[in-house]
Amino acid sequence: MSHPLPINNQESFVLNLGPQHPATHGVLRVKLTMDGEYIMHAEPVLGYIHRMHEKMGENRTWAQFMPNTGRMDYLSALSFNHCYAALVEKAMGIEVPERAEYLRVITVELNRISSHLVWFGAFILDLGGFSPLLYAFDDREHILDLLESVTGSRLTYCYFRFGGLYNDIDENFVDGTREFIKTMRERLPMYHNLVTKNIILIKRIKDIGPISKETIRKYGATGPVARGSGIDYDIRKNEPYSIYPEFDFDIPVYTECDSMARYMVRMDEIEQSMRIIEQALDKLPEGPIMAPKVPKILKPPKGDYYQAVESARGSLGMRAVSDGTNKAYRLKVRSPTFSNLSLFSEVSEGMLLPDALALMGSLDLVIPEIDR
Amino acid sequence: MGAYFKELFSGTKSLFVGLQITFGQMLKPLVTQQYPHEISTMTPRFRGHIELIPKEDGTTKCIVCGMCQRSCPSGCITVAGEKREGVKGKVLTKYRLDFTKCSLCGMCVESCRPGAITFSKEYNLASTRKEDYTFDLLKRLEEKAK
Amino acid sequence: MDSEIIRVIAFLVGVIAFAALNAAYLVWLERKEAAHIQRRIGPKEVGPFGLLQPMVDGIKLMTKQILIPDGVDPILFRLAPILAMIPAIMCFVTIPFSQELVARNINLGLLMIFAFASINVLALLLGGWASANKYAVISAARAVAQNVAYEIPMLITVITMVMITGTLNLNDIVAQQPNISQWYIFRFSASPLMPVAFLIFFVCSLAETNRAPFDLSEAESELVAGFHTEYSSMGFGLFFMGEYANIVIGSSLAVILFLGGWQDPFGLFPGVWWFLIKLYCLIFTVIWIRWTYPRTQFYGLLNLSWKILIPISLFNLLLTAGFLKVF
Ligand code: SF4
Ligand code: SF4
Repeated sequence: MSHPLPINNQESFVLNLGPQHPATHGVLRVKLTMDGEYIMHAEPVLGYIHRMHEKMGENRTWAQFMPNTGRMDYLSALSFNHCYAALVEKAMGIEVPERAEYLRVITVELNRISSHLVWFGAFILDLGGFSPLLYAFDDREHILDLLESVTGSRLTYCYFRFGGLYNDIDENFVDGTREFIKTMRERLPMYHNLVTKNIILIKRIKDIGPISKETIRKYGATGPVARGSGIDYDIRKNEPYSIYPEFDFDIPVYTECDSMARYMVRMDEIEQSMRIIEQALDKLPEGPIMAPKVPKILKPPKGDYYQAVESARGSLGMRAVSDGTNKAYRLKVRSPTFSNLSLFSEVSEGMLLPDALALMGSLDLVIPEIDR
Repeated sequence: MGAYFKELFSGTKSLFVGLQITFGQMLKPLVTQQYPHEISTMTPRFRGHIELIPKEDGTTKCIVCGMCQRSCPSGCITVAGEKREGVKGKVLTKYRLDFTKCSLCGMCVESCRPGAITFSKEYNLASTRKEDYTFDLLKRLEEKAK
Repeated sequence: MDSEIIRVIAFLVGVIAFAALNAAYLVWLERKEAAHIQRRIGPKEVGPFGLLQPMVDGIKLMTKQILIPDGVDPILFRLAPILAMIPAIMCFVTIPFSQELVARNINLGLLMIFAFASINVLALLLGGWASANKYAVISAARAVAQNVAYEIPMLITVITMVMITGTLNLNDIVAQQPNISQWYIFRFSASPLMPVAFLIFFVCSLAETNRAPFDLSEAESELVAGFHTEYSSMGFGLFFMGEYANIVIGSSLAVILFLGGWQDPFGLFPGVWWFLIKLYCLIFTVIWIRWTYPRTQFYGLLNLSWKILIPISLFNLLLTAGFLKVF
């Protein structure tokens, strides 16, 4: 619901939302100029958790930067791993063995599901419902257990290596993943009955926070945010990388443009990710998980390289400029939520505070990824 | 008017369905682990802080090549060794890990040719003092050997 | 001294103790119930099943420093929590726990409860205003606006009830419902919409007590803690107790008006236990609802009130009037 009347400038006040506020996960600060509960202007203030990852990329060897990638977006660390590994492989011309590619896809998709589950819980929490968060975390815990058993860590993974993987999976992982998909398939209808079909939730997010196609294009928003506005764009299909073309999956697109559409896109993506994982597990080939001849010290030839992958939040791109030494000359990360947040200011104008927060929740912000 | 009653009806129904689901969850068994009372065992690949692997005689396999120190992105490892009479190669005299900076990435473990280091399974590390996180791995190894 | 005065004083002390104990143990119930809904275990360390937890929490609250921030209105700031608690206690005075167990059996009991219950909003308004905090002010404004939304359908429903019962005396109302078929929720001879009337009353009392899904003025994901953002120690504690006392009163009224108060469903052993059983079942439901639904939006509550609750309760009022006339 947006402001019915022209906003009266005289009675406005400034509300500082964050950097410590229950609705802004992490340290995002939004300076709101408000007229009563209507937002006249919202200005996101960034930089509270800036860690200079890009600069660190220029100071470390190519391999040493790997652990950093997992720390930018702590919810889909493997996508960042993947992007960086693929980038350096492109630069070095390394061929990744098939088994490794399959395992990459399986783990990245698992990570995507876990990221969407956290978003789901946190979004409903923003809207005041507490229990779905804990149900989602219960399911996510199974994914973390699975990923921990192969990668060794639970959140900030550092699993991919240039030319392959850190280590191979075992039988338990395959069985565990199949088991998880089975339980998740049973849980999803529960989520839909408890949350999606709930009249209170529908009233809260349907037709709230409409983002037009033009706005999406203007700010370069990607991922579920763009797909919720009817833009059929997913790097996995549009600029295929890894072995995604071998799988049969759909890209959920909704044309309603509202928060509900973005919500539905993510819920459907969970199902699609499970389809990909199932196919990958069925087709999983035997073989090595590391390319045979990866040099110890990496010195990519001079040049400019770019790699994009679809992270849980949208199109993630990394660009590296190499001057032929063992360190990058420049490493630029294009993080999806930065663009997705940029449109908040324009879209939230004239909205009520709770609606704007619902909109913000539906953008799925991960602050460390915005600030890097 | 029809739509009004339809929404009223389906909306009310959705509310009762929600209540039914949460009630069902209430009757299901707990899923949480009572942490200090129950302690979970870590999976074999769990990455705790690194530690030296003892040989059968309790000494280390480390040849003080310094690869781990060089590959560590955060510079948390300091190794030192010395030449000794009658021993081939160098002998490890100091292996310090500054765990405050370690990101548990595993570069050191992978770069170690003789396989002298591995991840420990320790995760109960909490302290209010920074010094508690500077581990002398050689000393730990010696204590373990005893 | 007059024995009547002693009686009232004894009851008041009892009521205050009851309110405080209830607040403490409803917190425990809330935490336990929420935990089990979320498949956790809840408080368990202090005492068996964590039963001593509320006591410990209470001691902690009382020993905390009362912070009075700069720029607040010192008198109103101190007054507001007290104003939140007193009306709640006053309402207890007329509630018949059993036929004899009632502090003051006033003929206008129902009216008195509504009179005092509306003071509660004033306390929130004062607290929010005096805090000189933007979140608190927004929250106070919401609380007042919310008042308009739920009071009207609630009062219409109560008028319907009064038309049927013909009295405002709570004890008499209970006396009219000796067994389950006579409970007003199932009294279809008065109006076929009685269960709906009960639902309307229940929803409104949720809104009145600022409980989820209508906790707009405490929406922690929007307004941090709403009107009590700046309160610490027992200032916060009193708001908290007042809130739980209001839940008890709202549920008590629902029990008295619709579920036969202290009457036995089978007409055998009426007494205070039946009142308490029914009361806590309702409170259980209130908590259960809180941990199931997301929060409504402000216009959602207004739409609900003006488009659904008020028309239906008005329709029910007319229907009941017709039934009373015809039969
Ligand atoms: S795990 Fe990584 S950060 Fe930690 S000591 Fe080894 S190389 Fe350094
Ligand atoms: S890499 Fe291995 S052998 Fe070399 S110094 Fe480190 S621990 Fe010792």
